[in-house]
Amino acid sequence: MLTIGVVVFPGSNCDLDALRAVNEVMSCNAVPLWHMDTNIQADAIVLPGGFSYGDYLRPGAIATHSSIMKTVKTFAENGGPVIGICNGFQILTESGLLPGTLLTNNSTRFISKDISLNIVTNRTPFTKLFKPNQQITMPIAHKDGNYQADASTLASLKNNDQIVFTYNNNPNGSVENIAGICNKEGNVLGMMPHPERAISKWTRSTDGTIVFKSLLQFLEAK
Amino acid sequence: MFKVIINVDPKKSILDPQGKTVLRALNNLGFSSAEEVRIGKHIVVMLDVESENQAIESARSMCTALLFNPLTEEFTIDVEPC
Repeated sequence: MLTIGVVVFPGSNCDLDALRAVNEVMSCNAVPLWHMDTNIQADAIVLPGGFSYGDYLRPGAIATHSSIMKTVKTFAENGGPVIGICNGFQILTESGLLPGTLLTNNSTRFISKDISLNIVTNRTPFTKLFKPNQQITMPIAHKDGNYQADASTLASLKNNDQIVFTYNNNPNGSVENIAGICNKEGNVLGMMPHPERAISKWTRSTDGTIVFKSLLQFLEAK
Repeated sequence: MFKVIINVDPKKSILDPQGKTVLRALNNLGFSSAEEVRIGKHIVVMLDVESENQAIESARSMCTALLFNPLTEEFTIDVEPC
């Protein structure tokens, strides 16, 4: 049976949602991975949302230096699928697995609402079942989701088809309306919107299920 | 023992939403001469090393390893013996 690991840092608060989404949508073995662990037995890894280490210093900065992140880096460099959601995205940029950085929203406010997104590319293991230019809805809930990168990084993101999700109405000031990006290889995805909070009728949108179904199809085809 | 004072500030080229908001508040309070506000972090580290140079070297390594993000921030280091 496929196993999906969800990393739990002190201050993670979307880990249970992520575990539940994996259980319900993928019917896979969902295992929490403690930040002190160094051994990962999983087919894919989720870095969940929350406020790891209280967002002290910079969101994701301290989590980057936890024991498990060394293993996550190796896992990602060997082509393992890794998705970072919200704080997980911030951890991926801080750790250098994804380029750029996430700054405080232009409004300086914490924004929590459903938001409309555009699929730019479906080439990652997490987006295979979307169609390019498909319009979807997922919630966002963050204060530091303002994606910024310098001109050369932006050019390389575009040239290498690394922009995965864009906002239709930019909520936070992100450059080029970026809501999610992947690495060059496509196996590491970071996104501010929360797919794990869009999986059933009572979460209003079910578009998040497609992220988990895509991953399932990708892993089963391997 | 040395006291190392590290100031981490947003780069000039980076929009600082916190500074902008505080600037607006200051202007609203009547401080009309305030033209720009930048908000950074002030980090104090007590270091048990032999010399000022060692203290600076050590503080610089700390900045590179963790304390600042080279993409968006810059830092200064001051050292006081104590």
